[in-house]
Amino acid sequence: MDALVNALYAIPIVGLVFQFAGYLVAIIPPISPIILRGATPLALGGMCGVVSERSGVVNIGIEGTMLASAFTGWVVGVALAPVLGSTPIALFGITLPLLLALVASLLVALAVSYLHAWLSITVRADQIISGTIINIAAAGVTGYLNTLISKNSPTSAGSFALFTPPTALTNLPIVGWLFNMVLNQGPITMSMLVLVVITQVMLFRSRWGLRTRAVGEHPRAAETVGIDVIRLRYRNVLIGGLFAGLAGAYLSMEATNSFQANMTAGRGFIALAAMIVGRWTPVGALGAALLFATFQSLGQAIAFAPPGGELGVLMTAMPSQIYDALPYLVTIIVLAGVVGRSIAPAADGQPYERESAT
Amino acid sequence: MTHPADSSLSPGLSPTLAPALAMRGITKRYPGVVANDQISLDVRPGEIHALLGENGAGKTTLMNVLYGLARPDEGQILLDGQPVRIEDPADAIARGINMVHQHFMLVPVLSVAENILLGEETMANPIFLDRNEAHRRIVELGRRFGFEIDPDVKVGSLSVGWQQRVEILKALYRRARILVLDEPTAVLTPQETEEIFAVLRRLAQDGHSIVFISHKLYEVLEIADRITVIRRGKVVGERIPTETNEDDLAELMVGREVQLTVDRGISHPAGVVLEVDGLRVKDDRGNEVVRGVDLEVRAGEIFGIAGVAGNGQDELVEAIVGLRRPAGGRVSLGGTDVTGRSPRAMNEAGVAYVPADRHRFGLVLAFPLADNLVLTSYYRRPYSRGILRDDAAILRDAEKTIERFDIRTPSATVKAGTLSGGNQQKAIVAREFGREIQLLVLDQPTRGLDVGSIEFIHRQAIDKRNAGTALLLVSAELDEILEMSDRIGVMYRGTIVAVMDGRTADKNEVGLLMATGGAEHGADATEGRTA
Repeated sequence: MDALVNALYAIPIVGLVFQFAGYLVAIIPPISPIILRGATPLALGGMCGVVSERSGVVNIGIEGTMLASAFTGWVVGVALAPVLGSTPIALFGITLPLLLALVASLLVALAVSYLHAWLSITVRADQIISGTIINIAAAGVTGYLNTLISKNSPTSAGSFALFTPPTALTNLPIVGWLFNMVLNQGPITMSMLVLVVITQVMLFRSRWGLRTRAVGEHPRAAETVGIDVIRLRYRNVLIGGLFAGLAGAYLSMEATNSFQANMTAGRGFIALAAMIVGRWTPVGALGAALLFATFQSLGQAIAFAPPGGELGVLMTAMPSQIYDALPYLVTIIVLAGVVGRSIAPAADGQPYERESAT
Repeated sequence: MTHPADSSLSPGLSPTLAPALAMRGITKRYPGVVANDQISLDVRPGEIHALLGENGAGKTTLMNVLYGLARPDEGQILLDGQPVRIEDPADAIARGINMVHQHFMLVPVLSVAENILLGEETMANPIFLDRNEAHRRIVELGRRFGFEIDPDVKVGSLSVGWQQRVEILKALYRRARILVLDEPTAVLTPQETEEIFAVLRRLAQDGHSIVFISHKLYEVLEIADRITVIRRGKVVGERIPTETNEDDLAELMVGREVQLTVDRGISHPAGVVLEVDGLRVKDDRGNEVVRGVDLEVRAGEIFGIAGVAGNGQDELVEAIVGLRRPAGGRVSLGGTDVTGRSPRAMNEAGVAYVPADRHRFGLVLAFPLADNLVLTSYYRRPYSRGILRDDAAILRDAEKTIERFDIRTPSATVKAGTLSGGNQQKAIVAREFGREIQLLVLDQPTRGLDVGSIEFIHRQAIDKRNAGTALLLVSAELDEILEMSDRIGVMYRGTIVAVMDGRTADKNEVGLLMATGGAEHGADATEGRTA
């Protein structure tokens, strides 16, 4: 057996692959909380896509919705912090300004989604164009306002704090790191996990879920049994907006305590990819988000704790830009492998026209 | 018949009993047309009432009024003698009125149970569905009306006959008392039709009222207790099957004497025009669906291909007209190998083609009628000169064609999509028949058309045959094949399992071959394997 392993290691590439696998096994548990944090906006954005597209409305405006809510959360916090003070009132370092900022960011996400719903459902505009408008407008408006506001170097309202799980839990053998991964998190990341499970169960077990899936596949059939297709689509796009809003709030209020122009950096689009790879299911989207986030964190891991041996030499020698590009490359490769086998809801992207009730 | 033809004479049903459904003086006007003009219709409890009429006669409008999809301008609807206002489909369902649409309103990726539950969910609590209870009720309902159904199967994997049953179950699950079936047998084999009829009879016995919309006269005569015929928005007659016949009904429906079966006359086949040799064709998913077809069509004969939809007919036709590259085998036209030639090359070699789906392949619905009439010749003189179209020539010839083929249209420049189905098909026929051709390929040429248009198209096809054209006719309507064909080939799982004389072929025998492929293929069918 040893001889076999040694023989395998002797083949240069196979050796590197083995070393890399070993490195992953060693490095993932300690960086797993970071991976989950990276996956949070992607999974939330993916869920925005899932609930919207399952009902037949394509939403590529996730990126813009996230950006708008990230900006709102930050700017409302900035405005309220001096007035309301910053005494934590509960767990997670929640302060009154932070809480109100979160509510404001969700409201803005709802408003943006309402615009998308109105354009794609009522006006029956091209849904891709509607989403693109939102992306462009959000980047422009938030970028401009940010430039204006940042001139005064305002003080932010801070950010949600991480929960510190008891060490008795995190030090458990074998599973301890999982507790650390899930519990050493802020409120939005933890909510994301709960929301993924709830949405998954609701989509496949509840009345709302059945109706959503039917409307996304065959809206006419749904209407003939008395379902209001238009209202259901509006509702789903708005629910999706809340998810995207949470994703945006995460970026400016939990991951950081600031806003930078275009800080979503394509996460809204990777979220769409996660939705497709995850076959339009919430759990699938989370799985895909975790995969992308793993590759995102790998670059940092290699910088701080490079593997030993030949692999380490090789990996540290590679320019860091490669690691920055890695999650995007993985996105393209996985999508290319999955697209075509992952089937979208049949009526996805098709505006619905009611039978004339005149 | 399991119950008397005229249920008013039945001892169980007193003649004074209020009709389950009464529509009184329904009038519905649309701009420029009166779709329903003072229509009255009575349906008694336990009655199968057939509604007969051509496309555009107002059947659909009347049923839309009943189902809350259209609001009548005048008139009244009474349920059990009580006047009601039906606001929308949900309202209709709540009142026990259900409709089985011609195009099934089923979601293929959802299970049988999910399709049935949709909109009328059985809940375990305010949020979650009660699947066990739903399953129990569905299985029980199926048994009550004579079939076993698995509620977990995806609807998309069921045959059309079973999808039809799911539609009926859907209505029964909603405790429907009045069931409207719109052309329910359009896509069924004769055997499947009989099975559905058996279900409908049980429903009627159970006290349900059924409105049966159809254009197949002999079916209406077989299943209905009473028949109401409407023409141009008006009721033109009410009949009892025992006191009428197909010719009478057809005349009532069309308003003039109709030749139901075009006299095909005697064919005088000459030389072989189309020769197909060991043809193999793959579908879009890469499965071989045509597996070695050999056939010959001679000049001056109609070769009909019978088969349940989806046995490779579409792909066979597409390979012959050049739309699909064959995976193997040979297609020859007048002795020349034309395998894999482009559609335009086939067109220029004298092949005309009337596709099955006139909306997707036959016409460009958003283009004017005149442009559609030159789709196969626009690039040639006189319609083009150099790189420019000659609109005047296109329009001039279009007007002549419209006249010659009696296409009913306000003008040659309206969009093809605004014409009725019959007139759209006439436009395709005009384009394809109106030139010198050797071979005419007709794929489902009369699907969804009314009797008048069917008669027209059949007569045109017979004329072409008599003029020496070779015709290949594909149809899922067995009657059409039997009426039209000089020879019949039965297609089953990608091969022609039998060829017979069109005049002596027996309907049940062909139906059985369509369903099972014959004795030597029968074993495969039951095992669900492929040959």
